[in-house]
Amino acid sequence: MGAQQREYRKRSRSVQSTKKITRAMELIAASRVVKARQRVEETTPYARAITRAVSAVASYSDADHPLTTERPDATRAGVLVVTSDRGLAGAYSASVLKRAEQLRETLQAEGKEMVPFLAGRKAEGYFRFRGREYAKAWTGFSDRPDFESAKEIAETLLAEFLKGSQEGGVDEIHIVYTRFVSMVTQEVQVVRMLPLEVVEAAEVTTEDIFPLYEFEPSPAEALDALLPRYIVSRVWNALLQSAASELAARQRAMKSATDNAEELIKTYTRLANQARQAEITQEISEIVGGASALADAK
Amino acid sequence: MSALQVELVAADRKVWQGEASSVSARSIDGDLGILPGHTPLLGVLVTGDVRIVTASGTQTVTIDGGFLSVDHDRVVIVADNVDAAGLTTPAETH
Repeated sequence: MGAQQREYRKRSRSVQSTKKITRAMELIAASRVVKARQRVEETTPYARAITRAVSAVASYSDADHPLTTERPDATRAGVLVVTSDRGLAGAYSASVLKRAEQLRETLQAEGKEMVPFLAGRKAEGYFRFRGREYAKAWTGFSDRPDFESAKEIAETLLAEFLKGSQEGGVDEIHIVYTRFVSMVTQEVQVVRMLPLEVVEAAEVTTEDIFPLYEFEPSPAEALDALLPRYIVSRVWNALLQSAASELAARQRAMKSATDNAEELIKTYTRLANQARQAEITQEISEIVGGASALADAK
Repeated sequence: MSALQVELVAADRKVWQGEASSVSARSIDGDLGILPGHTPLLGVLVTGDVRIVTASGTQTVTIDGGFLSVDHDRVVIVADNVDAAGLTTPAETH
């Protein structure tokens, strides 16, 4: 076998094993995305109950809560960036980071400094590589978040927010995450989490007007207990949505990698066949040439 | 007398749902009992047991803080973590 032919066969084999890996990753992502979506749905009752309760308290008491009050002289804004721990998910982490950069510019234009809080190794790596500072990073759970991590993140953010910028905390908290719309569409979202706007309040239609609740022990204390939970539930939801999006993005990326590998294998097989054919042709012409040279010599 | 529609929700799942004749839970101010026809209420719960009395027996679960809302005989108990070991009937999730 000629050297060229051997080279093509070798490449084709290497692409074949790559294809096996990408195919396996595609299948794993496909099966896990189903589970991840289920988890998003399972948390919906909790999120709904808590949103309803917060809206009820917020609409029936005009208690000025520190978590809902805008600070006029905001100078530092915390941004939670939710990315993946691992790559091989297409543009998933890159688009979140790009959006975070845009947000930083917007905040800068408003005279606020961005304080990054990172979730996922990709975000941590991005900031570390560029030698930028970040306040805190959480890693190791991006494709399978657990409630404890969500709680820890939410509590850290809350504590920073309550400190305020004078004491090294922040005045605002934004969150950049990827919302899972469908298997083919995932949207990067930027939400301002604190000071709080109970966004879902608009969804409450006329058919369920809130009854006049009695509060135990008091509206202010009820709000005190509810708002931190509401934040946790928002963070938790963002993490779960991001996880589902990550897996969907990975599945898509691996699918196209597998397709590309197939294409490459086809190309290399053709090239190898061509090389073989050329070799045969050459051998024949050498034999014919040799034979006729012998005949001429007689 | 109509029954209460009870939903017990943890952060990551719906733990239990069904009809009950009374619910009691521990709030900041002390034990809180809910019977059908209770006025709309939103209470903050602390760590403790929640007892749901149903036709088939009493369900007891331990929660680690949360809140409870009552309106029109619909009771929603929301907790961060629920220890469902005391549930005698499996959750009927719809």
